[in-house]
Amino acid sequence: MDRREFLKHIGGAAVATSVVLSACQSGDTPAPLIAQNVIDGQGQMTYRTNPNTGDKVSLLGYGMMRLPVEGGGTLRDHPDSPIDQEMVNQEIDYALEHGVNYFDTSPVYCKGMSERATGIALARHPRNSYYIATKLSNFSPTTWSTEASKAMFENSLKELQTDHIDYLLLHSIGGETKELGSMQLFNTRFIDNGILDWLVEQKAAGRIRNLGFSFHGDPKVFNTLLQWHDEGKYHWDFVQIQMNYVDWNYAHRIEPENVNASYLYNELNSRGIPGVIMEPLLGGRLANQPDFIVKQMKEREPETPVARWAFRYAGTPEGILTVLSGMTYMEHLVQNVATYSPLRPITPEEDEFLMKVAEEFVELKTVPCTACNYCMPCPYGLNIPVIFDYYNKCVTEGKMPAGNTEAREYQEARKRFLIGYDRHIPSLRQASHCIGCGQCIEHCPQKIDIPTELHRIDDYVEQLKLQG
Amino acid sequence: MLRKLRILLQVVTITLVTLLLLGIGFRVHLWAGWVAKIQFLPALLALNFGVIALIVVVALIFGRIYCSVVCPLGIMQDFFSWIGGKVKKNRFSYAKEIKWLRYGFLIVFVVLMFIGFAPVTTLFAPYSAYGRIVNSLFKPLYDMLNNWLAGLDAANDRYNFTEVQIWMRSVTTFVVAIATLIILGVLAAWKGRFYCNNICPVGTTLSLFSRFSLLRVRFDKDKCKSCGMCEKNCKAQAIDFKNGKVDYSRCVVCGDCLDRCKFDALHYTAKKAQPSTESKPVDKERRAFLAATAMAGTTAALAQAEMKMDGGLAVIEDKVAPKRQTPITPPGSISALHLQHHCTACQLCVSSCPNNVLRPSTDLQHFMQPTMSYERGYCRPECTRCGEVCPTGAIKALSREEKTLQHVGHAVWIKDNCVASSKGVHCGNCARHCPTGAITMVDYEGPNGTIQVPAVDENKCIGCGACEHLCPAREESNPFSGIYVEGNEMHHIG
Repeated sequence: MDRREFLKHIGGAAVATSVVLSACQSGDTPAPLIAQNVIDGQGQMTYRTNPNTGDKVSLLGYGMMRLPVEGGGTLRDHPDSPIDQEMVNQEIDYALEHGVNYFDTSPVYCKGMSERATGIALARHPRNSYYIATKLSNFSPTTWSTEASKAMFENSLKELQTDHIDYLLLHSIGGETKELGSMQLFNTRFIDNGILDWLVEQKAAGRIRNLGFSFHGDPKVFNTLLQWHDEGKYHWDFVQIQMNYVDWNYAHRIEPENVNASYLYNELNSRGIPGVIMEPLLGGRLANQPDFIVKQMKEREPETPVARWAFRYAGTPEGILTVLSGMTYMEHLVQNVATYSPLRPITPEEDEFLMKVAEEFVELKTVPCTACNYCMPCPYGLNIPVIFDYYNKCVTEGKMPAGNTEAREYQEARKRFLIGYDRHIPSLRQASHCIGCGQCIEHCPQKIDIPTELHRIDDYVEQLKLQG
Repeated sequence: MLRKLRILLQVVTITLVTLLLLGIGFRVHLWAGWVAKIQFLPALLALNFGVIALIVVVALIFGRIYCSVVCPLGIMQDFFSWIGGKVKKNRFSYAKEIKWLRYGFLIVFVVLMFIGFAPVTTLFAPYSAYGRIVNSLFKPLYDMLNNWLAGLDAANDRYNFTEVQIWMRSVTTFVVAIATLIILGVLAAWKGRFYCNNICPVGTTLSLFSRFSLLRVRFDKDKCKSCGMCEKNCKAQAIDFKNGKVDYSRCVVCGDCLDRCKFDALHYTAKKAQPSTESKPVDKERRAFLAATAMAGTTAALAQAEMKMDGGLAVIEDKVAPKRQTPITPPGSISALHLQHHCTACQLCVSSCPNNVLRPSTDLQHFMQPTMSYERGYCRPECTRCGEVCPTGAIKALSREEKTLQHVGHAVWIKDNCVASSKGVHCGNCARHCPTGAITMVDYEGPNGTIQVPAVDENKCIGCGACEHLCPAREESNPFSGIYVEGNEMHHIG
């Protein structure tokens, strides 16, 4: 065991001894040891095996999209701050120490700063102690040309300080723009410019070990690519999908065009293609549940953190290679390591329970934003993710003004809502300034109709202001 | 005793007036708003006959005590005069009334006020001059303190203070305020109530009545030892001790002379001083005085973000107010002319506007009087603050329903600035927020084909500025709105 675990056990023993002694003195039965209450995190990290390469990948993967910045929080809180490299180094050190060996980044994460920060942190460890996953994120038309896409890949190698990428993904296929449908966009990004074939060559040359793709949006593209896999045209070593206990059966309830995770998983599993999971917490929202849901979870397991339910769920299916979590804070990392050391799979009865919770969750009608920031920067200056986050928090924390508008509580709640709104988002960046240009819609992986949601929130704010 | 009472009342008045003019919050206006409404010139303009009568009666009974305890500019000058007295003691001497100056100026003032020549009305109105000093010089300091407290509140989940924008509403008015403060400060430190007795139209008007006041400072000739201390400390330069006379048209009833006289030879009474043995004991009680402090702070700016896909905030260029052919005056001001004739530019409405819409005009016709512009906010339908605080009735107090019926201006669409017509960007933000539904989106042949642009129904438009404020057109190369409001000279109703 390492120093931390040793100290933990010594401390536990010391407390236990003193408790027993004091109990003996008073003649009562000894009080339970504190260490006994911890259910998870007592063993080793769970690993899954990649059927193609035999890689033993930790079930907990580190997502590098929500890195901490200087000044605290993420880029959402301080949009202009640099990455807190010290913190990233510390977290990666802890992760590796506790058996995490999969790190997922992309050239566009954290305003382009993620790959570099990841590279700096990982370069301090032996290359064969971790797997790097990155993506070909050629979303912008300026990156569609063969040269530009190749340059993006080469740049990734440079920033990550390596000569090979263990897991390379075609980033977020299934999206579409105003001009190009989903298949058309895919072809433009990867087929017409020969990039997919070039990547296959890179794999043959050993610069890529596993080739796969991540998916958001139109299932037609997903199905087509799997069809190519069946036909032997291309071979997918892994596929990254959005999966959590809400998206399993209820993705279409959140946004009608979204496809259920159960479908995606089954398509992969039936072909023996390992799945990598993203959004196990639905952008953090499954960790921030309203009181009545938290109560149900805590009644079953009082010491289990709310987020752990979602992580246990995401890791349970055997066809999952790793579950990615964007762990900004050390506390999240420690908690998640415990969740997967080892994994306690969800029982069928617990599965039923979580489906019920999912049903209640979709009824809340929060905005299904995962704060991925792909819609930013809004050309008119709106701070879209923060507006949604503020609204969602007020809904889940029960802070929406409700009841008789003349009542004191209503007036107080109204005042707090409006002042809180101004405190979180400067007036010029609030929902009232959304002109509905629609540029953001095509970028949203969750297919949120952003202008409609913003106008809905603005109408609500306007209604509240008029009551003043 | 009179002096101490005077000082106590001055402290109360100046505190209330200053708090009011700082625009602290509407609660202050509810219990201190009356202090602005009892000022003479505002009451005159508001045709508040009750207050006018009260002031005249007080002048007839007590003399020009108004100038000592009600007028904030008088209180301010007393402060500077007191400082002057510390530098050079016993500095005053009797001066004759300068009739041609004070009455000449009064006539000029009245004539110009009647014809609506705003600069004279606004510059020389004493309460308004004080209002501008507070608004331009002290309010920014108070706002910094407010924002610091708001920061503490935000950190501690309290909702008592909210952040406000700190901005210079008009450089001209700022300069006028500083100049007024310096000129009057120096003048008062040197020559006491010179301004009040030779220029101030309110002072001159009240002097017409105070000449005949019932209570007045009188000499007890038997006790007077002709030491001259009274004359040397009379900041109105109104005491002629050699002849035992006081000029009641200029005495501001401050009580300094009564305090100074060691021989009990001066009394503030209704009767002539009798050569009797009775004498009133001098009140020896002492009272404490209040003082105000200020703090400093700074504001932040937004930085540029590259067009990366995840994250970053776009820079928002500052909007520039368009050059309006007709300026916009606040709802309740009835017409530009009504405002011009009734407003003394005290800035109370400017400090109280919660949406940063009102600011003092730089145009000579309406010098320092409020005008509206919408770069920082718009005139929200539920807000009726300016009319509620205005002490002269230049902006009438209206109910919420009445206020929305005032058409203070009309929106005008500029096709070269509008993002839809000039760039083919799908918008409609103006139509979405118009509170009266005056804007509908109609088809237009834009640069990339048919697009929707706003069409304003001038009949329905009330000129609130929601469209101008929320219009996204604001580039560095062209920071003007695609739709903006032109004022209505006379507000249409309904």
